[in-house]
Amino acid sequence: MIPVAFGYERATSIDDAIAKLAESGGKAIAGGHSLVPLMKLRLSEPTKLVDISRIPGLSGIRENGGKIEIGATTTHTDIATSKLLREKCPMIAEAAAEIGDAQVRNRGTIGGSIAHADPAADFPAVVLALDADIIIKGKKGARTVKASAFFRGFYDVDLAPGDLITAIQFAPIKSAAYAKLHQRASHYAIVGAAVALGVKGGAIESARVALTGATTHAIRLPGVEKALAGKKADGISAAVQNAAVEVPDVSVDLHASEDYRKAMIPVFVRRAVERALARG
Amino acid sequence: MTTATPVLPKLIGERVKRREDPRLIQGRATYVDDLKVTGMRHIAFKRSDVAHGKITSIDTSAAAKMDGVEAVFTGADIAKILAPMPIGTPFPSPAHHAVAVDVVRYAGEPVALVVASDRYVARDAADAITVTYETLPAVVDPEKAMTGQPAVIHKDFPNNLAVALVPSGTGVAPDFSKVDNTAVDKAFAEAEVVISQRMVNHRLVPNAMEPRGVLAHWEPGKETMTIWSSTQNPHILKTMIAAMNGLGQHQVRAIAPEVGGGFGAKINIYAEEYVCSVVSKKLGLPIKWIEDRTEAFVATTHGRDIIAYVDVAARKDGKVLGLKMKLIADIGAYNMLLTAAIPTLTMLMANATYDIPAIRTTLTEVFTNKTPTDAYRGAGRPEATYFVERAMDMLARELNMDPADVRRKNFIKANQFPYQTQMGAVYDSGDYDKALDTALKAANWDGLKAERDKARKEGRIVGLGLAMYVEVCGLGPSSSLPTGGWEHGQVTIERDGRITATTGASPHGQGNETTFAQMLADQFSIPLEHVTILHGDTGIVKQGIGTFGSRSQAVAGTALHLAGVKVKKKMAQFAAAMLEASEDDIVFENGTVGVKGSPAKAKPFAAIAGYAYVPVPLPAGLEPGLSDEAFFEPANNTYPFGCHISMIEIDRETGEPKLLKLVAVDDAGNLINPLIVEGQIHGGLAQGIGQAMIEEAVYNDEGQLLTGSFMDYAMPRASDFPRFELSATVTPTPVNPFGAKGVGEAGTLGSTPCIVNAAVDALSVYGVKHVDMMLRPEKLWRLIKHGSQGGRS
Repeated sequence: MIPVAFGYERATSIDDAIAKLAESGGKAIAGGHSLVPLMKLRLSEPTKLVDISRIPGLSGIRENGGKIEIGATTTHTDIATSKLLREKCPMIAEAAAEIGDAQVRNRGTIGGSIAHADPAADFPAVVLALDADIIIKGKKGARTVKASAFFRGFYDVDLAPGDLITAIQFAPIKSAAYAKLHQRASHYAIVGAAVALGVKGGAIESARVALTGATTHAIRLPGVEKALAGKKADGISAAVQNAAVEVPDVSVDLHASEDYRKAMIPVFVRRAVERALARG
Repeated sequence: MTTATPVLPKLIGERVKRREDPRLIQGRATYVDDLKVTGMRHIAFKRSDVAHGKITSIDTSAAAKMDGVEAVFTGADIAKILAPMPIGTPFPSPAHHAVAVDVVRYAGEPVALVVASDRYVARDAADAITVTYETLPAVVDPEKAMTGQPAVIHKDFPNNLAVALVPSGTGVAPDFSKVDNTAVDKAFAEAEVVISQRMVNHRLVPNAMEPRGVLAHWEPGKETMTIWSSTQNPHILKTMIAAMNGLGQHQVRAIAPEVGGGFGAKINIYAEEYVCSVVSKKLGLPIKWIEDRTEAFVATTHGRDIIAYVDVAARKDGKVLGLKMKLIADIGAYNMLLTAAIPTLTMLMANATYDIPAIRTTLTEVFTNKTPTDAYRGAGRPEATYFVERAMDMLARELNMDPADVRRKNFIKANQFPYQTQMGAVYDSGDYDKALDTALKAANWDGLKAERDKARKEGRIVGLGLAMYVEVCGLGPSSSLPTGGWEHGQVTIERDGRITATTGASPHGQGNETTFAQMLADQFSIPLEHVTILHGDTGIVKQGIGTFGSRSQAVAGTALHLAGVKVKKKMAQFAAAMLEASEDDIVFENGTVGVKGSPAKAKPFAAIAGYAYVPVPLPAGLEPGLSDEAFFEPANNTYPFGCHISMIEIDRETGEPKLLKLVAVDDAGNLINPLIVEGQIHGGLAQGIGQAMIEEAVYNDEGQLLTGSFMDYAMPRASDFPRFELSATVTPTPVNPFGAKGVGEAGTLGSTPCIVNAAVDALSVYGVKHVDMMLRPEKLWRLIKHGSQGGRS
């Protein structure tokens, strides 16, 4: 639990952070709840940490032109307790409230969670279901990447060295929900399903269904999404029953065998869809 | 003038807030890691990453060259200055080197160490040591290990038997020379129903909030060793450090500063304590080692890990005629201080709360390539409780009886105490019917049953569990402990009438600074704030054994009280001289010392204390000063007991169990501080429920601990529990003047079986008769999906 020696600098602005990160080996740190445990186990050995947690304006939840923007260093607790989110997009707040434990939620940030992309983290599924834009700034300037293009594989995301996530942007959706089977030690998801629906007259018009914990990275389930279109509450079970078929390389670990995890996928997808639909 | 003097409250029995808490919760306490001694160096250990292997080479050259590294020691180097570590039980034991020589026997065993200028350099240097192994087959399954497969771990212990089969119970001579099975065989021959079940009480990682830590300081100029350690028993540490360093006990001072929890795992005297002491002596430097959490998972002893084959012989009316319990304990790679003795406590408590006429237990202890086990909160008694209470529940189910009724049918009755068990224990006092009745009433048992049945009709999987327990506490007479079973206390009344008292108990969460102060404040009728309790420093506390086995109040509290009696008598003699009265008429009241019937004569407590230190004139036959000590050796252990009830619901789709309700009735005899008692019970419940529901140390076939961090080993959080509903009955013990029995471990006894009983009750609709802990959701999901006829799961 003792990391190798590392340097530390605190960035004063986004540009300052990008400049500092551009130096070799620099790694951004905000809440540190993904990175520091790895460093303590010597599984990650960055030579320098660039602390972005106090950059003015990088944290906060704003509504702008029908979209909601969450700054990268906004903590899970801030998201879980946001009145704006609870009202307009409750799914992201409820997912935040189920992350880790109180200490993790008080320090961990949404930008960190998404950049790190733990295969069982909650937010990757949430931003996929919301079809969010990931706003990134780097040496070459700013760019926006769709969540659906951002998560590419096992701890593999569309970030170049020196890139910094600055915010997450999405159109709020009320009829969305997150349902999760907790791993009781870490409270990561054994299976976590994030669902956002277009609803008309009690029926599902369109659906975005995303899954975390089940495979190498968070993914969308287009087959289930298609099957859900046009369904009412009584058609959900049938529409999601084959959800696991869409999931490649189902994870196996101490906490869940392949069988069990596969069986849990439709259960939690269904629960999320039902709750999302109930939100109308 | 008649002003109303405020009367000091009587403190015994009051819910006084812990005096320890402000410093602990504000980060103002001083732990080993907070200590600094000029010239201090740091040790980091290189530990084995294989579970079983021959060391073929160790290359320390890169480490030795690093800036800040002062010395590197291999196992062979340490063996030259430190003999193999002793154990505290009378069982044969293989040589156990503090740092492995030639062979490693569990992943995490030290193989070398670095002494460096700071902790970071030490860690880097330890990582720079290269060790190669010839890997040997890892012995992981204790039942296979008993056949010598897949390897023999210690060459002089064939079939990996640390303790070959030891019998106990009905018809067994105390020296095991004769085993008469007549009564047990008769019970099973006459049985109308026999229940047989293999059960596993799995392995746990204790995980005190503060990992271990040591600072050893040999002072060449003084020829003395001071050792600070996060330990439960500094006096035992002092004895062992002296012996292993070739020193007299007068040359060693052991100090347990603030200790952040022990749970039994800080009783053992560890390799790191010995190593720091011998390295300090060798180099003439203060040496510090602080365990990190990764190390703590593998280098600090584990708990439980015992398999039982349980057979119960009974009549159809529920009366138990006989009990057989074949115990197989997986003790890991080595015998530690008390390792071998812990499962013997499981045998000792096999009678549980029942008047069982014939019992045969056998115990086999087995070496495996895992971290060694030792005491863990409850230490042997939760295991006995679990096995017997699961079996009683299975009997109730088999006979279609209410679990409460089958227990009541077999209870030792209140008029049978003191009760000689089949296992050699003499239960001091008890009223098990009353504890059961109180729990049934507190839980509204019939109402809960109706609620469960209604839930079942709705298709929910809901179950109720009940468990009784009795525990052996207040350890104990010297015949039951190799260290001696007494405790020591000293009470000094200072010149200003304040009291400084020392106790041989070494509290690390038990709240004795509060409870002992309550006792002494009442004894002398002075305010609580005028009493300080010192502990944990052999330079200050003359003698002691330590804190374990729920013994502090019953044994150490009594020792302090008896020391107080002596001092009070002497103070009364000074008061008699000063007040010109008879010693027999002296009364201690409300911060004063006075004469019975003459209130005007009363003097402030401090005035008498001052007189005792400047005694002009010195009363005839008295020495100056007010300080005295006492050793208390109890005549027997104490046997607290209780009844726990739980309700759980299992998610039909996911198998996730949820604890809906937990009612605990605990009888710890008379209570000094019910608030602290409740805190102890809450902690015990959390650990007992944790074992049943979420905590499990899991090894793979290579002997690697898969649950080696908090990412995979679930420590219970407050959010895992409903609000505990606590009640108490009070059955004082005759063993000590307070009638107090002990409560530190109690919560772990009843809670674990009552949770599993509830799970089996819930799953009984699927034909499930038994499920082993922990209640992993996937395991329960499979039972729901496929059903079970019981047996191995």
